[in-house]
Amino acid sequence: MIQEQEKPLLDVRNLKTYFHTENGVVPSVDGVSFHINKGEVIAIVGESGCGKSVTSYSVMGLVGQPGKIEGGEILFEEKDLTKLSNGQMRTLRGNEISMIFQEPLTSLNPLFTVGFQISEVIMLHEKVSKKIAKQKTVEMINKVGIPNASKIYYSFPHQLSGGMRQRIMIAIALACNPKLLIADEPTTALDVTIQAQILQLMKDLRQELDTSILLITHDLGVVAEMVDRVIVMYAGQVVEEGNVFKLFENPKHPYTKGLMDSTPKIHERKEELYSIKGTVPTPMNMPTGCRFYPRCEFAMEKCKEKAPELLEVKQGYHVRCWLHEEGEVNLDEEFNRKPATT
Amino acid sequence: MGRYLIRRVLQVIPVLLIISFIVFALVYMAGDPVSLMLPEEASQEEIDSLREALGLNDPLHVQYGVYIINALQGDFGKSYRYNQDALSIVLERLPQTLELAIVSMIFATIIAIPLGIWSASKQNSYIDLIATGASVLGKAMPNFWLGIMLILLLSVNLAIFPVSGRGTLMHIVLPAITLGTAIAAEMTRLIRSNMIEIMQQDYVRTAKSKGQKDSIVTYRHAFKNCLIPVVTIMALQTSGLIGGALVTEVVFAWPGMGQLLVQAVNARDMAIVQACVFVIAVAVILMNLLADIIYRMIDPRIKYE
Repeated sequence: MIQEQEKPLLDVRNLKTYFHTENGVVPSVDGVSFHINKGEVIAIVGESGCGKSVTSYSVMGLVGQPGKIEGGEILFEEKDLTKLSNGQMRTLRGNEISMIFQEPLTSLNPLFTVGFQISEVIMLHEKVSKKIAKQKTVEMINKVGIPNASKIYYSFPHQLSGGMRQRIMIAIALACNPKLLIADEPTTALDVTIQAQILQLMKDLRQELDTSILLITHDLGVVAEMVDRVIVMYAGQVVEEGNVFKLFENPKHPYTKGLMDSTPKIHERKEELYSIKGTVPTPMNMPTGCRFYPRCEFAMEKCKEKAPELLEVKQGYHVRCWLHEEGEVNLDEEFNRKPATT
Repeated sequence: MGRYLIRRVLQVIPVLLIISFIVFALVYMAGDPVSLMLPEEASQEEIDSLREALGLNDPLHVQYGVYIINALQGDFGKSYRYNQDALSIVLERLPQTLELAIVSMIFATIIAIPLGIWSASKQNSYIDLIATGASVLGKAMPNFWLGIMLILLLSVNLAIFPVSGRGTLMHIVLPAITLGTAIAAEMTRLIRSNMIEIMQQDYVRTAKSKGQKDSIVTYRHAFKNCLIPVVTIMALQTSGLIGGALVTEVVFAWPGMGQLLVQAVNARDMAIVQACVFVIAVAVILMNLLADIIYRMIDPRIKYE
C-alpha cells in the first residue's frame, strides 16, 4: 500500500472505534486504513455520521465515553498511539498532533483571553517562561493574519468575529509547530468569503511550517481547493481513496459519483439537483454484503451477498466495489449501458 | 465598574424605602403596641397618655415621616425589654451571626465543590450514586432535627463538642455543620449538573486537544465556567444564613441575631424586631451587590449598562 520509500507520518491500519450505547454497539469506524505522508494534505469526505470525525478523534485519543478504540493500529512516526498511556498521549496532543474544530465560537473558552489560550499551549509543551510565551503568542497572532496582535492578545473570544476566532484556533493548533494538523470541518461554520480566507491561510502556513494536514469535510469544493489525496468514507468504512484529480475526474465508487453529481456546478443548468436515494443505514439495520447496496444504482446480485474488499485498481488508488473486480470500469459508460432502476 | 457601583448603590435607596415601609407596617400588623406595653389592668387614662407620648395619635403619614427620619439616624426606638437603643443591641449580635454564617459557608463549599466535580466526572459510578443519595438526604433533613441529633450523638453521648453556647472554636463546629449540610447538599447537586453539561462543551475538548492534564482541564477550563451559578447560590445562601439561622441559633443557644429576633418576637419587642429585619434586609442587598461584582470579575461577557 505504501509506495513511498519514506515511512508515512501517520499510518492508520484497520482502525475500529465502537460506541457502546444502551441500544447496542455502534461501529462508527469499522476497519478504516489510510496513511498520510510528511507534508501531505489529505481529506476524509463523507456524509454526517459516516465516521470521519470519530476517525480524527481516534487519532487524537479524544474519543469520549461510551466510545472505545476496539482494534487496529494508529502509527504516528511508527509509534502506535493506541498503546500509549494517557500521559504519553498528552505530550503529543497540541504539540506534535493538533486539531482545529468546526465551531470557532464554542471551541474557545469564553472566560479567558485569546492570548492566554494560545500561550497556554506554548507554556505547556515548550516549557518556556510567561514572557517568552507571550512573545511567541503575539508572533502567532501576527502569523495567522490578525493585525494589532499585541492588543488582540488581551481580547476575549466574544469580542472577535467568527473568522478571527478561527484564526485564533489555528494559532493555538500551530503554536508548537505540529507535524500533523487535523482540521475537522474548519470552514463549515463560516461565511463563504471568510472560508476562502481561512483555506488560503491554512495553505500558506502549511507551506511555511511543512505540516501535514488531515482535513475532515463534507464540502467537495474545499477538497478541490487544497488537498493532494482524498478518502471517501461511507458507513464507517473507506469506499474510495486516491489522488484528488483522478477522483474528481473519474470517480470509481458509485457513492463518490453520487456525491459529485449532487454538487451543483456553475456551468450546468439543471431543473433538479441529483440526490442519492435513500438514507445512510443505521448500525442496527446495516445491510449484509456491500453497505451501499440498497442505495446503489449499479447494484448487482453479488453486492447483496458479499461485502467487497478495498481493491487497488491503479497504483495508490483504492475502491471498495465489485464493479471493479475484474479491472477498472468507467461509471459513466456503465451508467449509460444499464438504465437506472428507480 | 466605578460608575456601575455608584449606580447600584443609588438603586439600593428605593429598595430600602420599600423595606422601611414594610418594617413600619409590621408594628400595625402585630396589633396595638400600647396594649402590649401596658399591663392589662391599665386605666384608659394611662393608655391615652402613652399613645400621646408615642405619637400614635398622629396621622399615619406623619408617623411614617418621623419613623424614617429616626431610622435614617439609626434610631429604631428603644427596646422596652433592654431599655436600650434597639439598633445597637442588634448590631452587637451581628458579628456572631456573621461568624456562624461564614464558617457554615466555608464548610459547605469545601465539601460541595470537590464532591460535585467528582461525581460529575464519574457520572453514574458508585461515588456519584452515594454523593447524589447523600445530597438528597442532606437537603431533606430539617435543621432543628439534625442539630438535635448532632448534639445527642457528639455532645451528649460522645462528649466531643460542647452542647451549646459560643466561646471556643469547638463551639462553632456543630451549628456550622447543622447549617452547612443542607447548603452543601444543594451546592453539590448544582455543581454536578452544571459540570456534566460544561464537560460536554467544545472548549473543554479544545483544552484536552492542547494536551492539558485532566485536572487542569476540569478546574481551570470547566469549573471556572461553573462559577456563576455557584456564586449565585453562595450569595443567596449567605443572606439566608444571616437572616434565617433562627432555629439553629435557638437550638445551639448561639448568641446571634436569629436568637435575638426569636426572643423579641415572643416578647413583642417591636423595636428590636424592626431593627433586626432592617439589618437583615441590608445584608441581603449587600450580598446581591457583591455577587454582581463577582460575576463581572468571572465573566467578561457580562456588561453593566
